[in-house]
Parts: sequence; structure tokens; C-alpha cells
Amino acid sequence: MQDVIVAPAPQAATPEPPRRRRPLSRTAEPYGFLAPTLALMFVLMIIPVVLVVGYSFMDNVILNATPELVGVDNFVTVLTDSVFLTATGNTLFFTVGSVAAHLVIGLCFAMLLNSPLIGNIPRAIFRALYILPWLFTAAVIAVLWRMLLAPNGVINYLLSTDVEWLASPALALGTVTFINIWAGYPFFMVSLLAGLQGVPAQLHEAATVDGASAWQRFWNVTIPQLRPIIISLTLLDLIWTSQQFALIWMTTGGGPVNVTEMLSTYTYKLAFSRYEFSLASTSAVLVLLMSMVLAFFYVRHQRAGD
Amino acid sequence: MSNEAQVRRRIVQAAGVTAATFGLLAVAGCAGGGDSGESGGDVTIEFAQWWEPELPDGEFRALMDEFEKQNPGIKVELISGPYAATKEQLFAGAASRTMPDVVGLDGAWVSDFASQGVITDLSALMEEAGYDDSELASQVQVDGSTYMIPVVNFVYPMFTNDALLADAGVKAPPKNRTEFAEAAAAVTDLGDDTSGWILPLSLETPNGIQNDVMSWTWASGGTMLADGGPDVTNDDVASTVDFVQGLWDDGVIAPGSFTMKEQDKVEEFTNGRVGMMIDSLAHINLIREANPDLEFSVSAVPAEDGYEGERGIPYASWGIGVAESSEHPEEAFKLIEFLMSQETNAELSSIAGAFPGNKTSTPDFVADDELFADAFEIYQAGYPANEFTGLPVAEQLMRLFGEQFQVLLDGGQTTEEMLDKTQAAWEAEF
Repeated sequence: MQDVIVAPAPQAATPEPPRRRRPLSRTAEPYGFLAPTLALMFVLMIIPVVLVVGYSFMDNVILNATPELVGVDNFVTVLTDSVFLTATGNTLFFTVGSVAAHLVIGLCFAMLLNSPLIGNIPRAIFRALYILPWLFTAAVIAVLWRMLLAPNGVINYLLSTDVEWLASPALALGTVTFINIWAGYPFFMVSLLAGLQGVPAQLHEAATVDGASAWQRFWNVTIPQLRPIIISLTLLDLIWTSQQFALIWMTTGGGPVNVTEMLSTYTYKLAFSRYEFSLASTSAVLVLLMSMVLAFFYVRHQRAGD
Repeated sequence: MSNEAQVRRRIVQAAGVTAATFGLLAVAGCAGGGDSGESGGDVTIEFAQWWEPELPDGEFRALMDEFEKQNPGIKVELISGPYAATKEQLFAGAASRTMPDVVGLDGAWVSDFASQGVITDLSALMEEAGYDDSELASQVQVDGSTYMIPVVNFVYPMFTNDALLADAGVKAPPKNRTEFAEAAAAVTDLGDDTSGWILPLSLETPNGIQNDVMSWTWASGGTMLADGGPDVTNDDVASTVDFVQGLWDDGVIAPGSFTMKEQDKVEEFTNGRVGMMIDSLAHINLIREANPDLEFSVSAVPAEDGYEGERGIPYASWGIGVAESSEHPEEAFKLIEFLMSQETNAELSSIAGAFPGNKTSTPDFVADDELFADAFEIYQAGYPANEFTGLPVAEQLMRLFGEQFQVLLDGGQTTEEMLDKTQAAWEAEF
């Protein structure tokens, strides 16, 4: 059988309708809406960041009327300063310890509040109690814990001890980390609670039918469902905690000696105690670079989620 | 698109453009700043200080109103804030050369501001104005020129809890170091969480080094400087460090020193847990209000055994200066003249609870209050001593000393090592 090919009849070319040019006002409209935000970001973020990066390559700016370029001298000075290295180590301990504890405590409390074993009224009471630390500012938290942990304070009274929690070189770093853990876990708790409430009950039911134990349900159902939230929260908390200043400054000021010196307090002292604004800018740029690494992973994770 | 939708769209467009315009104008507005100037023939001078919030409501403004009344055509705009905020504001103003005309100064900032050239040479202004400076109690100078005039002084005598001392069998406040160490031990032996002495060494606010440590050196006529440079390895400072370390080793110092601040010290004393402290006279009223039943008195900081010379008394000042960038230096100096005049200075001293910067002024409280009268007697018998005043990065010098001192007290080094390291660190800052 012969194939019959039906060719389409030639059609007269239809002229395309003339393209209407968008009026200028409509083209400019989205830029108009964006302009205030862009202008504010430029003035409040871009300019300061560029200035600080520029300062880090000059000799002492601000105090020096005619600062000159010194290349990477400031970076060499800061990176070879033993206090900077101590501050980096302390910041690492403080940040990793805080974030890990925030995650564990936040998850435990979130699961507790999500448990069907708790009635509505106790749940509301616990929720209010657990979220309390999040409502205080860093200044209030610092004053509160300084009083509680004072040698004559409530904690020592309850423990019948006279430990110098914040003034002892052996305990100070652990103590400020503990305070930061207390202050920050509610953020994880609230976010993870929202995540837990979004986990479909059918998944748990199916796992139960398949004979999974409570631990297996937690590890193979709950955690995978929460993974995107956990990664986002962890990255954000790493960025925020590594920049913690107010709490450290108001509880120990970086002491005793320099056992609680963080990158933030080190930078502050360079700027406002030694008036070495170029070295302070250098330290700030180094902190910015470290934060950018974390921010890179955060943005990449968010994009992958999208 | 319906007419209604078109109208709505136009409204949204107009709102967008308006918002954009206002946003840009607001941002542009941020770049400009208010400054002092002339309006309607009046000259307005800005006066940044931390004094107004520390005085009873309206009292400092009333003084300015009086100045404006005496000097028609000059208005004073007060820029008031807490000490720390004022400090940061002035340093930012120094960087951008936009300091207010008249500035409240702490002696610790003078060297830095003078070397930046942001505060003006008051010696020249005094000469131009034909001002007689013989009544001024002191002037803070850099390279022979005055940059700050202390308006009022807060001295730091020794406070003693008389009831605790009496319980411990100490009949009178100690006059020398041996008596002090014995009294401190006796009070500590009372138990019940009491301590003989309290020593704040916080690195956040390291002024404990100036007020509570170096005051022992100055009280015995000692010094920490030589030819304007650091000399902390001398016998005066070494003897002080050894003395304080002895008290530390004896366990007579209240716990928590390494992170303790001045306000913690005052609180502990006010609560009756400490026998003795060195503190500002400015806190007398605060202590009385917080604990009206506390029996306490003030006396001179004990000197080295056998020392009979004049005693240096640590002090802190509310100082004043004029910005180099001021367009109205004459008017600014008139304000300084007014504040340093016998009558105004006495009035300001009275409301501040401080001692006057004008030698001929006598504050009211000296006649009305026994404790202040005692302190005034100590003040007149000795001399104001604060070698940190006028030094470069004074606060950092205190912090460097404090860091090494903490290592020493923690058993990490000897006195000699501590002083050598401090000397090296200070020399690097000078």
C-alpha cells in the first residue's frame, strides 16, 4: 500500500501584528517600586562594606588624616596575633557547642510539645515557659545570668557552692556557652515544632504497621521530614552565633584574661579601645569571609530546595 | 481592562513613584546632617555631654537657660546621652570632623583627640579671650597646651562599712597598708560571705586598674610614669602589685573579681557584704538611698607604712573642650567661662555631688553633709592624682595591665614577669 502523504496547502503568509512598544511609565514602574529598597541597601550595606574592605588595606584610617595603602600588612598583623587565634578557637567552640545544643534541646522540646500524650492546657503552659528565653534581649539575659551566677547568687546558694562561674578562667567559656544555649534554643524549638506539625500522620502509621519501633520511626520518618528545616536552621544559627557580641561583652568582656575572647569582642576592642580602625576593619573582613562561606552553603541549600 | 481597573492601576503607579521619590529623598537626607549655625541673628552652639542624664531632671538645662539669659544672642543646644553613647558619638564625630561645638570630655580621651587635631587648643582661646586661668584647679595638657578643663572632679576615697569593722574589732579606718591588710582579714574572718575588700577587674570596663589598683601607688606618692612614658616596673608599682597579690592570696578579696565591674562593687558594699572599697564620692547618695541603714564613712586611701608625704587621690572629671571644627569658638569659650565661674561651678558641683574645678568655689554639700565635708578635707589635704588622664589609649592601657594582672593573680606568672610584659605592651601603645 502506498503511503499517501498529505502535504499542507500553502498558506498565505499572515503578517505579524505590529509590536506595541510598552510605554516608558510601565517599563519604569517595577524599578520605581524597587528604588527605595535598592537605595537603602546601597547606602546602608554596599557602601559600608566597600569602605570597610578598603580600610583593611590602609594604615590607620580615621585617626590618620592621610591614610596610605599598605597592602596586606594588616592581614598579616591580625592573622599572626595570638589573641586573634585564641578568639577564633573560642568562637569555634562557642558556636559549634551552642548550635549543637540548640538543635538537640530544641528538637526534644518540640517533640515534647507535639506529643499527643500532653493535654492542651499543659501544652500551652509548657510552650509559654519554654519560649520565655527568646523574649529577652541580650542585655536582659546578661544581667539576669550575671546575678544568678554571682558568687553570692542564687545558683551557688541552691548548689551550696561558691563557684566563680564567670570569673574563673577554667569555667568562663563553658558558662557563656551555656547562657547562649539557654537564650537560643526556643528559636529551634518553635521552628521544629512547626515542621513536626507538618509531618503527615500516615507516614508514622505506615511505619508502625510495618513494625518500626519508636526510634526507627523517629530516625527514618521524622528526621528525614525535618531535614530541610534542620539544615536551614543550623546554617542560620551558625552565622548568628559566630557573630554574638552583646552577650559576651556584657557578661565577661572577653575575660578572664582572654578565655572568652571572641572574634566580635576582639574586633570591637581594636576599634573602640585601641582606635586601630584599619586593624578592626581587617578583622571584620576576615569575619565577613568566614560568614560568607556559611552564607554560601545556606543560599545553595535554599536554591536546591526551590 | 475596565476603567475601574485602569484607575486602580494608575493609583498604584502613582504610589510607587511617590514612594520611590520619598525613599530617595530620605536617603539623600541621611547624607546631610544638622549642624550648629545662625538663625534669626542668634548663634546656636551644640554641647554634647553625658552630664545632663546624670543630674536631677531639668537642673542642667536651667544652667544653660541662665547662660542664654546672660549672653543674649547665644543659644545652647544640649546633646545628651549616657557616657558610653557620648563617647562613641564623639569618636564618630572626630572621624567625620563633625564634632559638636562644645564637648564633654573624659581625661582618657584627650590625648587621642588632641593628636587627631579635632579638639582645639584652649590655651590659645584663653589668651584670645583674655581669660585669667589662675582660678582653675587643674588643666589637662598635651605638649604644653591645654585641651581640657576639668569642670567638676569626682574623687575616689576609701569607703568603710563601720558596723562590719566594729564587729571585726577594728576601731578606726586603716591608715597604712599593714593596718588595711589586718582589717580586711578581720572582716573576712567574720564569715557569712563577708569580705574585707572588693576589687573589680572586669576587662569590659577596666577602670578598676585606675581606681582600685593604681590608687594605692598614688596614695603613697608613687608614679607609674617616667618622663611621660610608661614605667610600671618601678618599685612603686611593684610594691602595689605585691600588696594586692598578698591580699588575694590571703583570701580577703570578694570573689568574682575577674569579671566584676564598678557597679557590682558598689552593690556588694551597699548590701553590707564588704568591709572596705575604693569608690567615687558620687555614689554616696546612691548607697544611702539603696540602704539607708548602712553605717559607713570615707577616709584617705591607706599609704605605704611609714609614708608621711602628701597623698595622691584618684579622681575622675567631667572635662570640657571645644571642637577644632567649631564655627563659633568665641561663643563656645563663653560657655566654658560661664561653667567655670565661681558661682556656676559651685552650683554645678552641688547638684553633681562633686568637687569644683574652680578653686574658689565651695559646693553647698560641704557645709550640709558630714561625709562630703570629710571627703573635702581629704581632697584639700592631698592632691588629685590620675596619671591615666591625658595618656594615649588610656582605657587600653588599663586593659593591658588588667590582663597581665589577672594572669598573675591566677598563678600564671610572677610579679616581675607581669610587670615586664605590661611595660612592653604599654611601650608598644605609646
